[in-house]
This record gives sequence, structure tokens and C-alpha cells, in this order.
Amino acid sequence: MSNKSRGLLLAGVGGQGVILAGMIVADALVRAGHDVKQSEVHGMAQRGGSVFSHIRWGSSVDSPLVPLGSADVLAAFEWAEALRWVEYVREGGAVVADLRRIVPPGACTDRRSWSTLYPGIDTDLLSSRTLKSRLVDASSTAAELGNIRAANSVILGSVAAFMDIEHNHWEAAIEHLVPRGTEEVNLAAFRAGCDVAEASVQRRPPDPVGFPGPHQIDIRHDWCKGCDICSRVCPEYCLEVDIDGALAIVDAESCTGCRLCEMLCPDFAIAISPPRDTASLKEPVSLTGEQL
Amino acid sequence: MSIDTTADVAADPKDESEIRSGVLLSGNEAVARGAVEAGVLVAAGYPGTPSTEILESIADRDDIDVRWSPNEKVALDVALGASLGGVRALVTMKHVGLNVASDTFMTTAYTGVGAGLVIVTADDPGMHSSQNEQDSRAFARMAGVPLLEPADSSEARDFTALAFAISEEFDTPVLIRTTTRVSHNRGLVDLGPRTEHPVTGFTSNPTKYVMIPGFARQRRPEMLKRLELLSDYVEASPLTVESGGNTGIGVVTSGIAHHYVREVLPDTRILKLGMSYPIPTERIRSFAESVDRLFVVEELDPHLEHDLMAAGITVEGKAFFPQVGELSPDAVRRGFVAAGILPPVPTVEPAPPTVTRPPLMCPGCPHTPPFLALRRLGAVVTGDIGCYTLAALEPLSSMDTCVAMGSSIGMAVGMAASGGAGGPVVATIGDSTFLHGGIQGLIDAVYSQADITVLILDNGTVAMTGGQEHPGTGITLQGAETTPVDLVALCAALGVRDVKVIDPYDLAATFSALEGATTSPGPSVVITNRPCVEAPTKVRDRPYEVLAEACTACQACMTAGCPSIVWSDETFEGRRKVVIDPVTCTGCTLCAQICPPLAIIPIPDPVPEVPEHV
Ligand SMILES: Cc1ncc(C[n+]2csc(CCOP(=O)(O)OP(=O)(O)O)c2C)c(N)n1
Repeated sequence: MSNKSRGLLLAGVGGQGVILAGMIVADALVRAGHDVKQSEVHGMAQRGGSVFSHIRWGSSVDSPLVPLGSADVLAAFEWAEALRWVEYVREGGAVVADLRRIVPPGACTDRRSWSTLYPGIDTDLLSSRTLKSRLVDASSTAAELGNIRAANSVILGSVAAFMDIEHNHWEAAIEHLVPRGTEEVNLAAFRAGCDVAEASVQRRPPDPVGFPGPHQIDIRHDWCKGCDICSRVCPEYCLEVDIDGALAIVDAESCTGCRLCEMLCPDFAIAISPPRDTASLKEPVSLTGEQL
Repeated sequence: MSIDTTADVAADPKDESEIRSGVLLSGNEAVARGAVEAGVLVAAGYPGTPSTEILESIADRDDIDVRWSPNEKVALDVALGASLGGVRALVTMKHVGLNVASDTFMTTAYTGVGAGLVIVTADDPGMHSSQNEQDSRAFARMAGVPLLEPADSSEARDFTALAFAISEEFDTPVLIRTTTRVSHNRGLVDLGPRTEHPVTGFTSNPTKYVMIPGFARQRRPEMLKRLELLSDYVEASPLTVESGGNTGIGVVTSGIAHHYVREVLPDTRILKLGMSYPIPTERIRSFAESVDRLFVVEELDPHLEHDLMAAGITVEGKAFFPQVGELSPDAVRRGFVAAGILPPVPTVEPAPPTVTRPPLMCPGCPHTPPFLALRRLGAVVTGDIGCYTLAALEPLSSMDTCVAMGSSIGMAVGMAASGGAGGPVVATIGDSTFLHGGIQGLIDAVYSQADITVLILDNGTVAMTGGQEHPGTGITLQGAETTPVDLVALCAALGVRDVKVIDPYDLAATFSALEGATTSPGPSVVITNRPCVEAPTKVRDRPYEVLAEACTACQACMTAGCPSIVWSDETFEGRRKVVIDPVTCTGCTLCAQICPPLAIIPIPDPVPEVPEHV
């Protein structure tokens, strides 16, 4: 790149405070005497969506957007977001990632496999490229300091190691921009982030696949009055009431055994039972206790 | 989810002691700052991403009348009236807002102005938060109004201040077009002092301001003559800047695209147009003659390219640079690679697969329950624009159309008239959208006695754009109390006989109210009454939790799409149980009302403390 501007990308989830963190970095860079541009997108992206902020600095900055494969640092406040933006990082660049997982509800919709689409925590995903990656358990560090919401400042502290801005500029920017009354905890969090130990990464494997095969739907037709509740609630559209009011199973293969129809039937006319072949009923490996 | 709070922490442009160089401002704050320095006295607008923070950043000034109008047309009318009254006036809106204001806009080019009148429209290439990516530059040509395109915050300030001077010198409204990457980009700006432009007063001049055909016929030639004067002006104007060295190619560009070109071709000769309508044709012609190959790099439509071609100048543009979506350094680089100017780009190792994260309705959003009911009722839902549009997505999947602000009601009338809906027809519309452009649709529903139900989702704010006040909230942009529009009385006055107000947090009542309304003949209105959980105040009641031992993993609660509810690691009969995030749960009770085994209960004391966002 003939242009000497450097780049940082901040990424996280709407509501995590990515934009404020970006303003702090930009402010610190201005204090350190750089030309700075910082670009982000508000609006739709805020509502639980993926949020990012591009920051570029140098003696004179042109594009506010960091070109692909050119960021010096990626700071991700959430694990899946670190993966999403890693292609922006240049060879030899740094990734600072919080181990926090924010699983979107949309990742929990595969009722047949009961596995989420959320990627497992696996540093190989980052270190397969020539990156300096640093995983941080920012939430725990901030919680120990008494305010879990100061996690962003912990991340910024870890980012500071990869940017040559004097600490007094960072601290002045934090004091200037964080909400009144939270200066102390954020400064403490920033300092903790500067020398926080690399989180000991307990790998969290991708979710196991656990669909035990279709469940058995039994209808007591003599009790059913064809009220239609079960067919309306069935998430897999297994049931249908025909014109004559008779309930029929139209897709027996898809029943995941959620039992909504059974629970909501006012006449106790439906019974759901696990697959006959109980050997195929695998419990997913319990992940409790291994959460990061 | 937190609502954007950038305006709260921005440098306060009001403080004259802030007259200093190198202040970080967003493009929006810089536009506002330019207007402040130009002595603006009235600033009106309607919220819309990415333009909203322009007015918000000067709302606390007591020397400027800063106001939200019910829609963009009214905002422009207000500003035009103020301009004729002799004060410098600013109007702000997003690109599609100019469609709404266009009726007035087209004719202001005939009337001209009193004191300076500047219209800012913020385009959204790439549709980060918009229903289309129309290119506002076409409006300048259609109306015959000069157009300025700042490329960054510093220019946003300078151009806005200059626009007022151009407006007065040429007796014309001036259009400023920003884009998302200008509006929501922070950069360094030098602040200057505010100049005072006291009220000059109104001078009645019917042949100029009363556009009956006889007078308008006299004004149109004036408008064309003015465009010629502006063409001369721009030829010599410092708004046109040439930079760069000595390679054989030249690039004509404007706005943010200029910075992308400099990024990828730092030494190339560039002619940057600060005014992109009318263009400095002769200057471009001589620039073209001095290079071997001339390119135009512009975001969205081939606006400059066509102008240059019409002037007989040979250029290359959209053959290499996309007409769809935002430009970026990467897109511009690919274009110059395709044109044979740059060597191929080394491929970047793609990111590993990760989960998609579309926007969602917030935990506790009062818009959610009515859509659960509409889904159950099998309604055909003509939707509108606002947070509730997210009901079109999984898992609510209960909105069938969304086109333009206020369209929902008229479309419902037409859908009912078609006889082909195949279910009850319900228009869903937010309170601000109803006041913006929905009322006329409801008048038509009454006039034609359409068999439709209008669901007004009154959350007491303009939530989608970050929680602004509107005429129904009883508070102005500058924080004064005022008379709120009474929606129930308004609907009744229009002639709707069946108007009901419901609490959307009561799922059963919501369901039966909507079922009743959709089965009654003629137009009916149902209005929800719960405030937005994020603005103006954060609503946080006792959070709920899932009793793991009672959860049967049926996942009925997840059909509401609440972001606080996700799968847990515990299972029941091989299926995932669910958990509620106590930090984001607002305690709306919706999931507890849905849960068949009654496994969702309020968290017992002590309620975990949720500290303020840092
Ligand atoms: C013509 C036009 N102006 C402005 C906007 C930006 N915008 C999108 S939704 C919206 C209003 C939403 O408010 P409301 O109807 O009250 O719904 P809420 O978001 O509060 O649910 C606005 C101003 C737009 N899309 N089109």
C-alpha cells in the first residue's frame, strides 16, 4: 500500500458499545497528533445486528474505510464477530478478541439437529493466518473490577499494546468520553487490559448434533374435535385439519418431539413419544461447566 | 440493544470557546456546525438515517429554532417560509425524504429564496438503513438547483457555510448531498465563529412567490438564466480542485469517492468536483485534453458520466465501477484493475464461516405481540417503515409488504379492493409514520369504507432512527412541552367508528382485539399503548428466568424472536432447553404468557443490578 495510513477495525454486536469505543480510539489518536477518520454505520445495524467501526490514522488520511487485508489491528468484542472481520487484517497484524459469545436467536432454529450455527471457539481459526492473536476474557476481568460493562475498556487496554499511542492519551480520551461517574472503573479496566494475561483458552467445540429421528405422533381421533390448535402451533407443519375437520398427520418424518401440540391440545387427543429405537436417542454432550 | 448516543458525547459546537482547530466531528455534526457558523436561525427536518444527528447536534442551542416537522415536505415548507421571512434556514432529511419534499422543492427553484435556504439530503448507498439507494443528484438536475457534495467532515462544514452564501447570491435553494460514509464518518474540522445574519424581513412579491401559471411562466426563464450564471461560477470556483501528479490518466470524481481514488491511486491526477450540478464543463474538457485516459469514479448512478458524454468528452466509468451499492477502496481498486491501470489484487484469505446476525426487535419490544397475533389470524399485513418492519423476518414472519413511509394504509385499501387478499387485511404503521404520511390513507379507508384494520403501533417515539420526539409525544426537539396529537380523537374525527386502544403486553387481549377488528365490517383502528423500551426512557422491569426443571424444551417461547432467549446447554429428551439473559430481559412477560408448562417466572430477589452502559 503506497498510502501510509494505518487501520483499526472494531467489531461487536449492537448494544455492546462499539461506537463509543471507536470514539475513544479516535480521540486518543487525535491527542497523539494524528489525522484521523472514523467510519461506522448506525440505524438498522444497531438492533442486535453486527456493528463495526473503521478507524484510520496517519499524517493525512484519505479513505475512512480500511481496505480488505490491510488492518493493523482488529478488536472484536465478541467471538463470532472476530471471525467475521478477520479478513480485513493484514499479514502480521493483530487480533484482540473477547471470548464472549452472543448467540443470536436466529442461530437456534435448526430444530432437527438442535445444533446452533454458532462457531466453536478455536484459536486455530485465527492463527491459521500469520496473525498475532490475543484472546481476552474481558468480561471476567471487568466483573472482577466491579462493573462488567467496563469490558470494552479491558479490550482497549489490550489493543493499546499493538498501537503506538502514549498511555496518557488513551487515559485522557477515556476520561473525556465515558459516561460521567464511570471514569475510575474504566481507567482501571483499561490498565487491567494492558497487562491482562492471555485467556487460557478452553476450547469450546461446535455444538453436537442431536436429532434422534422423528418422534411418534399418536392421535385419538375419537377425542379430537378438529379445533385446529395443534396444527397451527406445530413448528414443523406436521399436522393438518382437513375441510371436514379431521386431523391428519401430513409429515411424520419432521416431528422433533417438541410436544407443543400435546401440551396445548384441550382434549388430550395427541400423544408424542420418542422414537421406538431408543438406541438412536442420543443426548447431546453436555457443555455445561465448559462455558467460556 | 442500546440506541445510538453519539450525539450526547459530541463536541459541543455551541460553545464559542470551542473555536479551535482539529476537532473530531461527524459529517452530520459538521454540517450543523457550518450552518451555525453561517448564522442559521431556523433549522427543520424529519429524522432519517443517516441524516438524523444534524439537527440533534444543535438542538440545545437557544439562539436557533431547531425543530422536527411531521414529514419532510412540511420541513421544507417551514424552512422556505422562514427564508422568505428573511432568516437563513436549513432543512435536513434522508434521500427518500426528498421524494416527500419534492413537490415544494421543484417549485422553490422558480420562487428562489429570501435569506439563504439550504437543503441537506443524506443518501444511503448500500442501503445500510433504507428501502432503496436512489441517487439524490438527479433531483438537482430535475429542479435546476445547484448541488454540493462534501467528501468529509471538514468539507461538510465548509460547504454548508458556503451554500448559504451561494443561495443568497444566486437567489436559489442549494442542495447538499451527503452519503452514509460522509454523514457517519468522524474527521478533523476547524471551527470558526458564528456570524450573525439578523432577520431581514419579508417583502411581498407575488410575481415571485405566488406560482400561478402566469407568474410561474415568468419564473422558469429566471431559473434557467440562473443555472447559466451558476455554470460560469463553478468554472472558476474553488469548489473544483485539481490534485496529483503526472501519470497518463485522469480521474473526475466527487464526494467520498474522491478519497477512495486517492487511496488506491495516490499519485494520479484527480479533478474533484465540490459542485456536481451544474458541472464545470470547460474545466473538465481541458483536464480531459491533458490526459491520455479519463475516468469518472462516482457512487451509484452515472450522473457525471452522462453529463460529460453529453458534452462530447470521452470518459470511462460504469464499465469498471459498480452502479449498485457503496463504493469502497476495494471496489475502486477492482475497477482500476479491470481497466488495466492497476495490477491484479492479491487474494485475501476469506474469513472462516460464522453465524449471520441480522437486526432484531429488542427484548421487550411492544411491537412483537401484535405480530404474533396477526400471524395466528392469517392476516395479510401491509406493513410500513419503522422498527416493526423487522416483523417481516423469521421467526415472526408476519408482514407481507413494506414500500414507502405511509404506504401501508393505502395499500391495504387497494388489497381489500382487489378481493384477492385471501385473508383479513391489516395495515401496520408506527405512530411517527402515521403522522408522517398515514393519515391520508386512513381518510381514504373511511371515504371508501374499506374492510381493513389499521394497527397503529404507538410506542411514543421514532424508535428506528434512535428515539426522536414527534408531534404525538408532546415534547419538541428542543425539549419544550407542547400539545400532543391525540391519535384516538384524530381517528374518530376522520370517521373511524371502531377505534380501540390495547395493551400489547397482554397477549390474549391483543389477540381478541385484533380478531374482533378484523372481522368487523368497514375500517377499524387498533392502537397499542406501550412505550418503546429504549427511548425516551429505558424500561427495565424485573427480569424473568426459566425454571430448568420445568422446561420441556418445546421452544414455543422462541417463536417470538426475543433476543434474550437462546438455547441452553441442558436438554430434555434430546432437545435444547432455553435460558433467558437476565441482563437484557426487560420483564415484558410475553414469553411467560406463551410458555405451555409455565416454566418462565420472575427472577426472585435480589434482582441482579444492571449497571449503566460503559
Ligand atoms: C421518507 C422517509 N423519511 C424518513 C425515513 C426514515 N425512517 C424510517 S422508519 C422511520 C419512523 C419510524 O417511526 P415509527 O413509525 O414511530 O416506528 P418505530 O420505529 O418507532 O417503531 C423513519 C423516520 C424513511 N424511511 N423514509
